[in-house]
Amino acid sequence: MALVDIRNVTKSYGSTQVLKGVSLDIKEGEIVTIIGKSGSGKSTLLRCINALERIDGGEITVEGQPVRTDMPNLRDFRQRVGIVFQAFNLFPHMTVERNITLAPVLNKRIAKADGRALALDVLERVGLADKIDAYPAQLSGGQQQRVAIARCLAMRPHLMLFDEVTSALDPELVGEVLKVMEDMARQGMTMVLVTHEMGFARNVASKIVFMHQGRVWEEGPPAELFANPRTPELQSFIASVR
Amino acid sequence: MRSFSLADFLSLLSALQWTAVLVLIALGFGAPLALALALMRTSASRALRWTATAFLQLVQGVPLLGLLMFFYFGMPVFLGIEMPPLVAVGIAMTVYTASFLGEIWRGGIEAVKHEQWEAAACLGLSTWHQFRYVIAPQAFRMALPPTVGFLVQLIKGTSLASIVGFVELARAGQLVSAATFQPLLVYSIVAAIYFAACLPLTLWARSLEVRLNGAR
Repeated sequence: MALVDIRNVTKSYGSTQVLKGVSLDIKEGEIVTIIGKSGSGKSTLLRCINALERIDGGEITVEGQPVRTDMPNLRDFRQRVGIVFQAFNLFPHMTVERNITLAPVLNKRIAKADGRALALDVLERVGLADKIDAYPAQLSGGQQQRVAIARCLAMRPHLMLFDEVTSALDPELVGEVLKVMEDMARQGMTMVLVTHEMGFARNVASKIVFMHQGRVWEEGPPAELFANPRTPELQSFIASVR
Repeated sequence: MRSFSLADFLSLLSALQWTAVLVLIALGFGAPLALALALMRTSASRALRWTATAFLQLVQGVPLLGLLMFFYFGMPVFLGIEMPPLVAVGIAMTVYTASFLGEIWRGGIEAVKHEQWEAAACLGLSTWHQFRYVIAPQAFRMALPPTVGFLVQLIKGTSLASIVGFVELARAGQLVSAATFQPLLVYSIVAAIYFAACLPLTLWARSLEVRLNGAR
């Protein structure tokens, strides 16, 4: 059974339909990369998986459970499905440790000492254990994004969503964030990414999804999709990002 | 007739206590109410937003003097409720404080980026925890300088309580002035006392502004 099952999902903002019947399966351990021009609906789709946006039609299930913005166990669900944003969205008034432990302390009532150990553990996975007492403003963009990833990991999610997480970074900082994500992929985390990093899509993803005008236009393994795009839309997209 | 003496000066200073009492009442009851209004104004419920807005429009559209008169002279006439001056003045100052602080704090809450709510929600925090731990501390930082600035307004505003006969600093000034026939001297001293009470707050507000802006 698929971890995420997206069936014929539609979504409009006012009179603009951004998702026009999207269907997609994501299996456990898969690294799914969603590519496409801006306005193709890829970020909206990602946000629907996490119940940040309400869908108008169709159905999304995660681990067999229908996802709705008014689902009764939304808070538990959100802890199982982590999301990392383009703008990091760290809490500026808290140290790195507090950013990471806030949710586990409030939601799972873990002890203070265990919180520090947990923060250290996830920070080591993103290579930032020495920044545990820093404030976000003292970190570079790449470091902030890695802390945001660590904050997500601390909830022990079953699935992680990445919404253009390198788009706000200076070019020289993109690599360190992608490397962390590659490590996570290698460790078997199920990941869905919206990205413009074609190198990452090509080398790390197990499936590429090309979205165009609110639909899944083409999908398949990266080698196949990049070598033999079937539609002129994907052909021109690949040509434009090269 | 007698001339202005040290005893008069001391009676002015002791009247300052009642000014302080009014400020404490206004803050003690007005601040929680202000927080409630700020939350209602930023809530998702249209009914709550509308109720809070109507209250604010009504209170802010009436001068503080009008509020004082309504609660002291109006309540017995309209509702048959007779109130001692301290209670009537306390209620008026509370309502006044709640409406202005409520708007200042609403501004602080709205100045925190929407993404902060979203990030907190995505960590599975309850709405209350999102506000309490993520939004409120940031909103408080931004709202602190104007809040202290409002305190100065509040201290000066208590002088209006003198018109309903409540003896605070301004009313004490009237009494001393009537007894000594030295209004210019007495009111100058009253003004100086108000100034001395407000100056530290004004300076504090300014330094907060510089510090908090610089720290971002």
